[in-house]
Amino acid sequence: MSIQQTLETGTKVRAPENLTMAAALNAAIRDAMVDDPTVVLFGEDVGPLGGVFRVTDGLYAEFGETRVSDSPLAEAGIVGTAIGMAMYGLRPVVEMQFDAFSYPAFEQIVSHVAKMRNRTRGQIPLPIVIRIPYAGDIGGVEHHSDSSEAYWTATPGLTVVTPSNPADAYSMLREAIVSDDPVIFMEPKSRYWSKAELTLPVQTEPLNRAVVLREGSDVTLIAYGPTVKTALATAEQAEAEGLSVEVIDLRTLSPFDDETVGASVRKTGRAAIVHEAAQFGGYGAEVAARLTERNFFYLAAPILRITGFDIPYPSPKLEEYFLPTPDRILAALSTWEWS
Amino acid sequence: MSLKVESTPQTDVLAPPPLRLIDDTGHAVAESESGGFTLPPVETLLGLYRQMVMARRFDVQVTALTRQGRLATYPSALGQEGCEIASVASLAPQDWLFPTYRDSIALLTRGVEPKDILAAFRGDWHSGYDYRKFHIAPQATPLATQALHAVGLATASKLKRDDTVALTLLGDGATSEGDAHEAFNFAAVWQAPVVFVVQNNQFAISVPLDKQMACRTIADKAIGYGMPGYYVDGNDVAAMYAVVSAAMDRARNGGGPTLIEGLTYRIEAHTNSDDPTRYRKSADVDLWRSRDPIERLEKYLVAQGALTDELNAEILAAAEELATTTRDCMTEQAVIDPLELFEHVYSTPRASLAEQRAFLAAELADDAAASALISEESTR
Repeated sequence: MSIQQTLETGTKVRAPENLTMAAALNAAIRDAMVDDPTVVLFGEDVGPLGGVFRVTDGLYAEFGETRVSDSPLAEAGIVGTAIGMAMYGLRPVVEMQFDAFSYPAFEQIVSHVAKMRNRTRGQIPLPIVIRIPYAGDIGGVEHHSDSSEAYWTATPGLTVVTPSNPADAYSMLREAIVSDDPVIFMEPKSRYWSKAELTLPVQTEPLNRAVVLREGSDVTLIAYGPTVKTALATAEQAEAEGLSVEVIDLRTLSPFDDETVGASVRKTGRAAIVHEAAQFGGYGAEVAARLTERNFFYLAAPILRITGFDIPYPSPKLEEYFLPTPDRILAALSTWEWS
Repeated sequence: MSLKVESTPQTDVLAPPPLRLIDDTGHAVAESESGGFTLPPVETLLGLYRQMVMARRFDVQVTALTRQGRLATYPSALGQEGCEIASVASLAPQDWLFPTYRDSIALLTRGVEPKDILAAFRGDWHSGYDYRKFHIAPQATPLATQALHAVGLATASKLKRDDTVALTLLGDGATSEGDAHEAFNFAAVWQAPVVFVVQNNQFAISVPLDKQMACRTIADKAIGYGMPGYYVDGNDVAAMYAVVSAAMDRARNGGGPTLIEGLTYRIEAHTNSDDPTRYRKSADVDLWRSRDPIERLEKYLVAQGALTDELNAEILAAAEELATTTRDCMTEQAVIDPLELFEHVYSTPRASLAEQRAFLAAELADDAAASALISEESTR
């Protein structure tokens, strides 16, 4: 079912509002719950508190204990029970409180969420959304700033998405909830408080499509989630230096939108990918490899990766040295031979 | 004042005798020793006897097929029929069963065809039966993960105000897994209509239970979660049936979860690739063979005059017929289209998978063309 069909089922159009990404996510869950009584929400602190980031604020009061509940503090338990609920016709939306706290659920996600549909030859689809606040730049203590996307994108059976702005946050979460496939919904924590004027229900590009956020002719800069803002700032700065940068927001990491990204790379002949996660074996390696395989003869230079270093995520005082910045990105681009 | 809580390891405390309704010699135990449970009616016991005999014959047949190299593997449940059959017999049609790889005879007892049970073990696909028709989840291979699925399904049933109960089978080794703990805890906190049946067959492949835990019984753990726990003689199908049925009723009536431990023994090796002589004495195996769940019930039913030679012969004949069906289904090998590999991964089609599917299709076409050429040349 596409989001269009969902919206047609009755979500009321509201007056334009200035909304944060957290509020847009909140509205998406709320509207999905109003539309579909099989949508249930549970996790750690998602009830009366409204989640540590307030993404589920007010939902417990509105929908009550049967549809919104605080679970025991155990991530494998949260995902494992969501599987059983989905087998019985519910559409669970569950929260892993922080990226690194999703690891206890790793086995349930990789061995069951991802494989159940295939194991049962399509008989048991698992329409589950696993929300994971991720990435850094929030001054978080250890285990609160990981970018774990490559674990999920390396797992066949999972759809992995990450919005970078409030409009996508609403639209993509609505679509993730109606999807019959399990979706790892990664929310960039540093963008939770970014605002946009939205007229809900807003519908952006469909899931599985990347978008060109800014057109350019010299370089394709590929970003997602928290680094989209960095890429846009880089393009702005580059323009002043006479370099025309095209910025792509991937939005969906798995599947990868070869069509949109490939077309851009063939146009510019140069590409760089920016992410917070460490470089070695990171998501950027896959992007660089597949773009090279498919577009080698259009490339004027090797594809670059501007990423976090190959170290554990640093402590708050040191994270500024770890995160990719416009200056670091421009310095990397300047290592290419420009003729 | 000391806040210290007395908590000494209970390893030196002997486990109590497990609850039983029919003893080793096939006699009903005194009412005073039956823990408040009543012996099921003879008709019910006859049904359980028949199902155990059928299950045993199937298990022996499949083990033989595995030894002949015709199945990739088969984890036998020989000797555990009391736990398996009592659990399935306690299910209402709407209930869901969450089995493990060792519980193939539970699938059989619920009506799954031998060919569909064996699909996974002969390597056709990872699992091969109609889950929605039988209300049986795929047999879980990772330990204890399915217990959480059972709790989730049971909770969904409760949220929908249905009367569906979930029952999950676990092994003793699986109770060491974190997922078992989380399943017990979630079930108790959420008062989920779920029943946990732990078949304590005393070994996790080669590791005995005293290396898994330091408490007396697995059932004892229930108190820590705030749910009832029962320690039952797993080779007494009558006791298992009485206890599991009561737990199912309680769950159905809003009474929440129950943890039931059936004390039994894995007579066969873990799988065909295991060598049990390295970790257990044959005398122990002989002892447990003498406590056979089928023989025990047979003695009781014969003494009651309920199981005549004629009826027993009829049951054994039906079991032989099942063995024949099981052997025969191995000759009808399923043909799986390799391109189906790409069909079920996602409900939303993916361009990258379509590309890889086309790649494999081209390889298959090339292979077919090459084979055709070779056969053409060889006939020339």
